[in-house]
Amino acid sequence: MAKRAMMEVVDQDPVASLRILFGRLLEDAEIGAVLVAQHLNKGGVPMPALVTDPERFEYADPLAPAFPINAAKIVSRLSRRPAGETVAAVLRPCEIRAFIELVKLKQGNMHDVLLLGIDCPGAFGNTDYARYVEGNGSRSSVDFLTAAIRGKTSTEDGLDISPACKACEHPVPENADVIIGMLGVDVKSSLFLYAGTPRGEELLSKLNFSEIREPEDRRSAVVELLERRIAYRDRMFEKTTEATADLEKLTAYLANCVNCYNCRVACPVCYCKECVFLTDVFDHEPAQYLRWARRKGILKMPSDTIFYHLTRLAHMSTACVGCGQCSNACPNNIPVMELFRTIAACTQRAFGYEAGRSADDEPPLSAFREREFSEVTGGKD
Amino acid sequence: MKEYEPTIIAFVCNWCTYTAADLAGTSRLIQPHNVRLIRMMCTGMVDPKYVIKSLLEGADAVLISGCHPGDCHYINGNLKARRRVKLLKEILPRFGFDERRLKMTWIGASEGIDFAETVRSMVLEIKALGPNEARRQIM
Ligand code: SF4
Ligand code: SF4
Ligand code: FES
Repeated sequence: MAKRAMMEVVDQDPVASLRILFGRLLEDAEIGAVLVAQHLNKGGVPMPALVTDPERFEYADPLAPAFPINAAKIVSRLSRRPAGETVAAVLRPCEIRAFIELVKLKQGNMHDVLLLGIDCPGAFGNTDYARYVEGNGSRSSVDFLTAAIRGKTSTEDGLDISPACKACEHPVPENADVIIGMLGVDVKSSLFLYAGTPRGEELLSKLNFSEIREPEDRRSAVVELLERRIAYRDRMFEKTTEATADLEKLTAYLANCVNCYNCRVACPVCYCKECVFLTDVFDHEPAQYLRWARRKGILKMPSDTIFYHLTRLAHMSTACVGCGQCSNACPNNIPVMELFRTIAACTQRAFGYEAGRSADDEPPLSAFREREFSEVTGGKD
Repeated sequence: MKEYEPTIIAFVCNWCTYTAADLAGTSRLIQPHNVRLIRMMCTGMVDPKYVIKSLLEGADAVLISGCHPGDCHYINGNLKARRRVKLLKEILPRFGFDERRLKMTWIGASEGIDFAETVRSMVLEIKALGPNEARRQIM
């Protein structure tokens, strides 16, 4: 059985080589379908597509620096009931971590999916990706990659990966079944595959890979990247804490919010089937608005903006994986991710929890003990 | 000038603290009139958004009070409530709320005196703290 393997890259093109690997999953490894990002429209953003025909990986490009959607919700759709076949899902680390959160909420299942995680050098926001493609043409994924895994993610025209990616301390998808490693590897000549689980090991064996040692430079490449990301993250926490330190500041921070709720639609771990903010509860009588306005003298419309964000923070910050899709989806460029990650860091720390770490950790708001947190009830428990 | 009288929203469990409040009333224990009781079937029903809404709309403090651990009629609603209060105590102070504006207690049905005392001391504490400015601070 192979735990670690080296996959040779053909024509110096890791994307083309992965396409061959995906085809082999269908032909040689009893995989029913592969979920992988594909360019459906030339030059467009690659979107997740479910592929069953080995000939249809022509435009698959999971290495493109684009991240239009956190596919955790899609994997949840594909796995919440048995489909009778195994789906291999090619995902970024934050998609896997979000999926693990959904599994814990019984909105997905690990058994029928095989998670192929890719080392993630980061991705551009939607609008920046469009500009990036305009300036770079078709080989842009490979060019971006080779520079990005060496730490250079910014481009000459001043574009850079999203703040969420710059602050992400999980570039390696540790909890995938198979990890497609690029850090510390020359991706124009080979990719490093290794198994994170026994199922991953089985897959590598079915594909006839032989065992190798971990590439020498990998560990140091990961450590170096983490250092940079954690430094960025901590600066971001500090800045955001300062910018939202009281309600007046928070109001200013969220002043451009139009209550479109795109951030919660895009959020992979906002798991409610029906969000209370979209129900009749918030269908207030006209006279009610006037009463509120009269009491304060002035009422922002649409109303309940602060209420919405604070409630979402209370409901899901313990599950936030920091993927940044909330910021990506915001039409008004509000730094939503920065706010949510900053608060999530506190709420997750308070419960000794880390979202997405393991399917065995209990979500903090579903588990509870008879004796705990006695400070909350004035020392009595 | 009239002395500042805080408003406290109290989410109380029907089976215990509500009964205790009733007992405090019928026993004619003197109680400040600052508390607005909201009877819940269990503290496990108090969604964080009720607390957030109360504080944003200008309540000076929120009290959540239910059955002692082991006594909850729905087995563990009170323990879930305690985690939610813990959560809110992490979040709200980051936006300038004083942590003392949110309190949780266990008060059983026969503990009328305890209820009266909890409310009395809470009113004193919040009076010293001054009014919650949230309503004025957000538009
Ligand atoms: S709140 Fe934002 S960063 Fe956190 S998981 Fe949801 S979309 Fe991702
Ligand atoms: S996406 Fe942006 S504008 Fe829309 S609700 Fe979220 S923060 Fe507000
Ligand atoms: S029934 Fe009283 S707290 Fe649950």
